[in-house]
Amino acid sequence: MSSTGANAYYVPHAARWPIVGSIGLFVFFWGFANWLNDRPLGKETFFLGAIVLVVMMFGWFGDVIRESESGTYNNQVDTSFRMCMMWFIFSEVMFFAAFFGALFYARTFSGPWIGGDGGGGAPVTNELLYQGFSYVWPTNGPSSLGGDFQQMGWFGLPLINTLLLLTSGVTCTIAHHAIQHGDRKKMVRWLGATVALGFIFVGLQAYEYYHAYHGLNLKMSSGIYGSTFFMLTGFHGFHVTMGAIMLLVVMLRGMKSHFTAKNHFAFEAAAWYWHFVDVVWLGLFIFVYLL
Amino acid sequence: MTTDSSHDGVVHHAPGEHHDHDHDHHGPAYGLMRWITTTNHKDIGSLYLWFSLIMFFIGGAMALVIRAELFQPGIQIVDPMFFNSMTTMHALVMIFGVVMPAFVGLANWMIPMMIGAPDMALPRLNNWSFWIMPFAFAILLSTLFMDSGGPAGGWTLYPPLSLQMGDSFAFVIFAIHFMGISSVMGSINIVATIFNMRAPGVTFMKMPMFVWTWLITAYLLIATIPVLAGAVTMLLTDRYFGTSFFSAAGGGDPVMFQHIFWFFGHPEVYILILPAFGIISSIIPTFARKPLFGYDSMVYATASIAFLSFIVWAHHMFTTGMPLAGSLFFMMSTMLISVPTGVKVFNWVATMWRGAMTFETPMLFAIGFVIMFTIGGLSGLMLAITPADIQYHDTYFVVAHFHYVLVPGAIYSIMAATYYWIPKWTGNMYDETLGKWHFWISTVFVNVLFFPMHFVGLAGMNRRIPDYSLQFADWNMVASIGAFGFGFSQLLFVWIVIKCVRGGKQATDEVWEGARGLEWTVPSPAPYHTFETAPDITKYAVR
Repeated sequence: MSSTGANAYYVPHAARWPIVGSIGLFVFFWGFANWLNDRPLGKETFFLGAIVLVVMMFGWFGDVIRESESGTYNNQVDTSFRMCMMWFIFSEVMFFAAFFGALFYARTFSGPWIGGDGGGGAPVTNELLYQGFSYVWPTNGPSSLGGDFQQMGWFGLPLINTLLLLTSGVTCTIAHHAIQHGDRKKMVRWLGATVALGFIFVGLQAYEYYHAYHGLNLKMSSGIYGSTFFMLTGFHGFHVTMGAIMLLVVMLRGMKSHFTAKNHFAFEAAAWYWHFVDVVWLGLFIFVYLL
Repeated sequence: MTTDSSHDGVVHHAPGEHHDHDHDHHGPAYGLMRWITTTNHKDIGSLYLWFSLIMFFIGGAMALVIRAELFQPGIQIVDPMFFNSMTTMHALVMIFGVVMPAFVGLANWMIPMMIGAPDMALPRLNNWSFWIMPFAFAILLSTLFMDSGGPAGGWTLYPPLSLQMGDSFAFVIFAIHFMGISSVMGSINIVATIFNMRAPGVTFMKMPMFVWTWLITAYLLIATIPVLAGAVTMLLTDRYFGTSFFSAAGGGDPVMFQHIFWFFGHPEVYILILPAFGIISSIIPTFARKPLFGYDSMVYATASIAFLSFIVWAHHMFTTGMPLAGSLFFMMSTMLISVPTGVKVFNWVATMWRGAMTFETPMLFAIGFVIMFTIGGLSGLMLAITPADIQYHDTYFVVAHFHYVLVPGAIYSIMAATYYWIPKWTGNMYDETLGKWHFWISTVFVNVLFFPMHFVGLAGMNRRIPDYSLQFADWNMVASIGAFGFGFSQLLFVWIVIKCVRGGKQATDEVWEGARGLEWTVPSPAPYHTFETAPDITKYAVR
């Protein structure tokens, strides 16, 4: 490490945003818990916390952007940011793994057991507790929670959504190549296409939910099928929204002449996130819709 | 805005401000805002350690409520519901509020100094990781004051019992999410620091064991905390949004929660002990005045333990009636962990073998750790045997087992680390006589407290129940006496720490005669910023 400023590791002083973030999260969670328990002002507190969090993110990322644009960061700082994003995405993968795990467990083990398959005590349990119930996926369990429903097919909207997301991965890569060649305008155009595809995906997903609730009688409360369907696709949809907002911010920054051919980590971080969301969707499409 | 670079090689400034006074050897700002806005790894390390110490007494007070109630059979002092919330909260506070923050605090203080880095890789994120903790615990502890009482279904939050909790349920779940955010950010920071901030020449196989064990621990955290977040999210939606992940009526399965939870939970117990292994591996060589025996095998053993920790989770669930193949697999994989753990214990003993040993307080705690952690390890081996575990499950034998690995294990390592490094932190030597008293009183009482639990457990006393059968009365009385003795003797620790912070014999830079590592090459107390230029490691031993 050289001892000149340009090559030094940047250690910021006086971080003011983290405490705002902590207070924001506290208010957010406090409000959410009160809201869930139907206590007064829960909802309001929840939204107040969300606003504080948004302000915090604007402020914090704003600081980082200003520092980056003024050339404060050296390559070593850049590497720290890359590692941070990479392992953050890995932690997100593990979050989805919990829900995929629940899906696989229910389909492979507990579902058949309730239905009397799988040896051991399963046939007796089925005879004593769930008489007459035989397991077929999709299921809403021996009590038919939520009433009869229809399965969400894979053809139609989900297939279109898959194509949309895959296309958005391509447009995102085109934008990346553009900025690597220093063509900021082209980057902005193709990012615009990516963001648009992302938001169309979210819109179609919302329509799919509407259709599920009103056309198929498929609800979150439709047993284990409804639970896994809505939680997996719901968290994915939330992540798509987040990713699209990240890409939108990158696009707006591109319009303000941020980023160069060499220095565009924010773009890459958002792109990595976007590809992660894309891969999760492929998992969803196969395991939630197709199989 | 131009970069405000001081000539020391590190740039310090807040965005939009010009800090002319930010000079390298200039101390920190004063007042509360110093601590709230600090990005200094030493400040944040201290904050973590103080937070952990405060929570240690809160969690300890809860333990004393439990032991007071169990002093005699029958319902004596507290209402059973409150008793149950004490066992639940004691666990949550001690795990998430004491041991984990203490290790993160030690990591903050020591890792940058050990690898010759100017600070942590992501200093602002580091600040946030800490400042989440007080808020998260404010939510968690507030549940005790709610009408419905605190969580009382055990820290593992098994459904369907946990779903029957009152309004405080949502608060507990969000408190866990909240702490999880802190843990994941803290671990990512540690990973980035170790990978990216090592001084030139500090190769992986030159890193001190504490750095190695923390690197591996950080991966365990990044991989498992999100799984816990997923599990508690499913609980939340089962309770408030009508999903049926854990309800057989809807095709789900309550046992599924246990699988997902323990997929997190078992690596978690290694999160609570791997950094302790690193601490002990630093202390024993110093006071044996010999390099660590079998360094390479220590690294590989740590990695093996981490890997195995992901494939043993269902040994917590032998009584749920899993298929025979499952029981066998999880029994064997669990027993396999004793191989790398045995390597570690062997290496510690071999390091001491024919060493020029002295027995200062850190060494006493380290030796206490090796002996008593091994007792806990061996009872763990007993619990790994499926047919035996079916008998021991949910008895005080299990309580004795994990308290042996966590109290004279993890907690002792934190005490040892404090005595070992506090001269470097404060520049003063602690009171050696009082330190030795602290060790011996603690060690006597901790055994009086936990050893009898083996007996009552094997005899069939259940955990998490405020009342018990008459034949367990004598040993419970003994254990309760031990608990109060151990609890109050920790006040001595607080006194020693405060006394050391306020003054004492000036510590030398090296502090300990046989100490190796970069942290001993900087002055005592360590300056506010260390290694603003990378140290020349050809001059010093890194480990």
